[in-house]
Amino acid sequence: MTEELHDVRLTVNGSAYEIRVPARRLLSDALRHDLGLTGTHVGCEHGVCGACTILVDGSPTRSCLMFAVSAVDHEITTVEGLANPDGSLGAVQQAFVECHGLQCGFCTPGFLTTITAGLRENPTPTHEEARDMIAGNLCRCTGYQNIVKAVERAAEIGAGG
Amino acid sequence: MTTKLMGQKVQRVEDQRFLRGLGRYVDDVNVENDATMLHAAVLRSPHAHARILAIDVDAVLDIEGVHAVWTHEDLTGPMAEPLPLLIPHPALTHGRTQYALAKDEVNYVGEAIAFVVADDRYIAEDAVGLIRVDYELLPPVVGVDAARAATSLVHEDVPGNVGARLEQNVGDAPAAIAAAPHTLVLDLTIERSACMPMEGRGTVARWEPDLNRLQMWTSTQSSTGVRAAVAVKLGLDLGQVDVITPDVGGGFGVKINHPWPEELLVPMAARALGKTVKFTEDRREHFISSAHERGQVQHIEVGFDDDGRLLGLDVEFWHDHGAYTPYGLIVPIITSTQLLGPYKPQNYRVVFESLYTNTVMVTPYRGAGRPQGCYAMERTMDAIAKYLGKDRADVRAVNFIQPDEFPYDQGLIFQDGRELEYDSGDYPASLVKIKELVGWDEFPAFQAEMAAQGRRVGIGLACYVEGTGVGPYEGAHVHIETSGKVKVATGLTTQGQGHATVFAQLVADELGCSFEDVEVVTGDTRRMPYAVGTFASRAAVMSGSAIHLAAKRAKEKALTIAADALEADPSDLQIVDGVVSVKGSPGTSIDLGTVSVLSNPLRYAFDEASKAATQFSVGDPGKPPVPEDEEPGLEGRDFYSPERATFASGMHAVIVETDPETAEIRILKYAVVHDCGHLINPMIVEGQIHGGVAQGVGGALYERMAYDESGQLLNASFMDFLMPYVTEIPDGIDIDHLETPSPLNPLGIKGAGEAGVIPSAAVFAAAIEDAEGIDITAMPISPSELYSLRQSQGQEHSA
Amino acid sequence: MKPAPFDYRRPGTLAEAVAALAGEPNAKVLAGGQSLVPLLSMRLAAPAMLVDINGLPGLDTISVEEGGVRVGALARHAAVLASPDVRRVQPLVSLALANVAHATIRNRGTTVGSLVHADAAAEMPVVLSLLGGSVDVEGPAGRRTIPADELFVGPLESSVHHDEIAVSAFFPALADGAGVAFEEIARRHGDYALVGAAALVDGDEVSVGYLSVSDVPTVVDLSGVPIDEMGEAALERLEPAEDIHATAAYRAQLVRVLTTRVVRSAYDHAEGRA
Repeated sequence: MTEELHDVRLTVNGSAYEIRVPARRLLSDALRHDLGLTGTHVGCEHGVCGACTILVDGSPTRSCLMFAVSAVDHEITTVEGLANPDGSLGAVQQAFVECHGLQCGFCTPGFLTTITAGLRENPTPTHEEARDMIAGNLCRCTGYQNIVKAVERAAEIGAGG
Repeated sequence: MTTKLMGQKVQRVEDQRFLRGLGRYVDDVNVENDATMLHAAVLRSPHAHARILAIDVDAVLDIEGVHAVWTHEDLTGPMAEPLPLLIPHPALTHGRTQYALAKDEVNYVGEAIAFVVADDRYIAEDAVGLIRVDYELLPPVVGVDAARAATSLVHEDVPGNVGARLEQNVGDAPAAIAAAPHTLVLDLTIERSACMPMEGRGTVARWEPDLNRLQMWTSTQSSTGVRAAVAVKLGLDLGQVDVITPDVGGGFGVKINHPWPEELLVPMAARALGKTVKFTEDRREHFISSAHERGQVQHIEVGFDDDGRLLGLDVEFWHDHGAYTPYGLIVPIITSTQLLGPYKPQNYRVVFESLYTNTVMVTPYRGAGRPQGCYAMERTMDAIAKYLGKDRADVRAVNFIQPDEFPYDQGLIFQDGRELEYDSGDYPASLVKIKELVGWDEFPAFQAEMAAQGRRVGIGLACYVEGTGVGPYEGAHVHIETSGKVKVATGLTTQGQGHATVFAQLVADELGCSFEDVEVVTGDTRRMPYAVGTFASRAAVMSGSAIHLAAKRAKEKALTIAADALEADPSDLQIVDGVVSVKGSPGTSIDLGTVSVLSNPLRYAFDEASKAATQFSVGDPGKPPVPEDEEPGLEGRDFYSPERATFASGMHAVIVETDPETAEIRILKYAVVHDCGHLINPMIVEGQIHGGVAQGVGGALYERMAYDESGQLLNASFMDFLMPYVTEIPDGIDIDHLETPSPLNPLGIKGAGEAGVIPSAAVFAAAIEDAEGIDITAMPISPSELYSLRQSQGQEHSA
Repeated sequence: MKPAPFDYRRPGTLAEAVAALAGEPNAKVLAGGQSLVPLLSMRLAAPAMLVDINGLPGLDTISVEEGGVRVGALARHAAVLASPDVRRVQPLVSLALANVAHATIRNRGTTVGSLVHADAAAEMPVVLSLLGGSVDVEGPAGRRTIPADELFVGPLESSVHHDEIAVSAFFPALADGAGVAFEEIARRHGDYALVGAAALVDGDEVSVGYLSVSDVPTVVDLSGVPIDEMGEAALERLEPAEDIHATAAYRAQLVRVLTTRVVRSAYDHAEGRA
């Protein structure tokens, strides 16, 4: 029994990729293992932890809850696509450095993508809104204190712009 | 650059990599060759206790893409023997460990039975689903009560399910309690949680036929331990095995146990198949096959005087260690010794039984037995205060070891087999700070004001002492390259603590090089084959000290060579920003890189530093180019091995509000006073505290391992195992530091990694009890449980 | 945790989608996938075929119709939540949606998908029941409308046939003078609720829908019951059960507390609209 393979064209961080995968290939696995974009991490594979969060047409989405074959018509952004065009850290990334918003770094890509989109929608969040922005992502290291600070710092240095 | 970096909030160098998605975790290893790499999956027992009658793997090998399957029958030599018991103890009379793949019997849901290697993980899971196993079900033993009742046995040859019984005595506690003016008895329970790092376990291995050696990457807290285990189990020489710890997505203890079955099976398969093999644990597997911790039942008897001063303390507890004891008695020994915290009990007796159950095994989780000990002691302090009608802080204060009493010997034997002797501390000063920080004295007025509005608030306080930086040793290697870059290696591993930053701070300070020129590697046995591991809040103390010492050696050598080159006395030299110069004569100088060239008589002129070196002449023409007792190269290597642990301490206080209708528990304020001696990087220490507090909140109010009577874990997912999101964590944690240096190491530092989580169960129980006026004796506590307590209390009143 | 293999169809028309379903008795529809994919990855479900309807045109609409608002099968929760039309015509939909999981899940999950998943612990089924809405489905025999009270037939079981595709849901408008409210209590923010309640009040008429305290979404008519006795009255129709997160008694207590809260709040809402 040979599993049927599908030709899938994914657009990730502005580049087009052609892959051949079975229908059951999770988008998270396709990004990581077929495209080699290992910045997207897999923490639970049931949509709760948020480590695998990517932007699908600009909206934060769990890549472990999508199949690669379903992602064909979308523009995908992963953590690898968040730096400035000149290679310097983007505002959210920079804020994470300044605020010590990460420790082991495993959950971090999911926070970065989520916050990037969150600040685009709401560039000047209140403290409560800053907390709410990250309310769907788990972190086991930081106790979230400095991640909330990083959201506010990123807003300050203009991540929404 | 003259500013000392020690004590500065230096931003982390590792962040650049992580924030760009360029971290390299174990599942990222060899991803470029994913198509040719093989992936493993494990068949795990669906039953808590069963005899394996037969295993049929025939259907598996027909699947396209499956390369091999192993069961215990296929294992040979040391691989077929039980896994090692890492830390034996004379009291562990009935230690048992599992096999890499179960032999004849399974003892918990999740125990590995078969190992499949296939083209990808999807196919490997397909194959696992086709393996047929015939089981004869045996009665499961779940929970401390069932283990003690011993109606059924986990292991046929372990009577009473008792793996170990250990008693320690200081003075005569039963007699002191009998003679005491006041006595109390407490019965407490605390349930299981787990480390639950965001990254599970994982291992990649590759057999290199050209080199005749094994290379493996594993998400571990002890690469040297894994290396030794793999060499023995696979019949290799130690020198044939390299273990590299890549970036690790959190550990918190669970990755210190080793070898995990997969850490042996993956390299075994890689060697057998001649291919790179990867195993990446998924979340469900992590719940049912990686270690848990915390479950204990405690019985406490205490005698005290009118001031609440302890006269005798007698503690008996039962520790659920799960199905096996690979990590010995470390957790209950820590509970039994660290229970004493900052107090002088006068007379102390502690006895524990470490019990088998048909559940996932128990090994250290951040805090490692301390949260349970702190819970027992601090609940006792609260009970004494309540009984005497005294302020809870005052009762604690009369029992403190005083600052002039250090070093203070508690008269017990600690986890490292050494005396439990506290090196330094200032508990009265910490108490002053925590009361101030949380508003302890103002709280009664606030509580009354809230009560007038129909709101219930409560305050809790808990104190702890934490033995950190346990031995036996760590080592470090510092190499100044001819470029002037400084390469530092230490053998213990990193799981997010920022070692690459804090260790570079220490090297830059000692060596006088620029911070940016220092690169730190941890957990790579090729770079530092002697190491213990990252656990017990030991990395900063152990490797920090070793790195400091190694940098000192490198510096001494640099100064000796530079003195020769500059025709100066070493004591007249200084190193600033990587340049050695004569003090007061800055023109007379030489770069560290050039000194490195001069340190190696083989001066091939490859780089600018080599050319620069030609203007200097060093060495005694009357001696060999490398004199006796010297080595070529500008390197320093040293080890740090302390007499005993250094004891950090701290106090937490929390104010909670409980909803009179829904029994929901809300945190209004959380305050921490922390004393880990001199701080290397306060930003990182505070981050560690934040994370610890969050895990503590989880453990006190949300997380538990919900086993049913048959030994099934009912909440093996992030849907039902309630790890806190930001919304469950206090908005702001107030932290104040005290810096009482340790006399035991050159930097005066103490460990900080575990502290944040230690007092959580105790401090929340105290605050909820204060809000509700109901004794809280079981943790964690949910709103539903608090509601039940209210109901039963009401029924008692009406009875 | 990887799904078992399945055949995959991504039809371009509704007719093709229905045909694909009809041709494979063990096929399932993939819309947002936020509930389905975890079940597949845990191998708790292993359909032979997935019919991915994400490529179907015209199903992502949210439109105001006479008497209510219609939500297409591919309208994501986030879009419905953000819709001013929905908020104006039937604010209960917006109030409840804000409680559906986390924002990231709402970006992909669909409201219609959540309805036909028929989870009695989920927010939207009970909202549809309380409002007396309906779901339109397309099958080999054409289109039919299933009223909410015929839609939810058992735990995680709807009356949509295996060869039918839910194409839209209709939420009736809030009548003038009426008010609604939604409240739930969960262990963690964003989790499935321990208990949730949605209230609809219109003059003396009071009805409350409950989640997580019965096998199917349950609406109780509490008209005429004194407000502080409503919870107790509702409990006669509910079956709060014990699980690892809460005892049955605690769930009953939350029913009492939430009933009073949502009914009060719904009356406040009605007053505010007047």
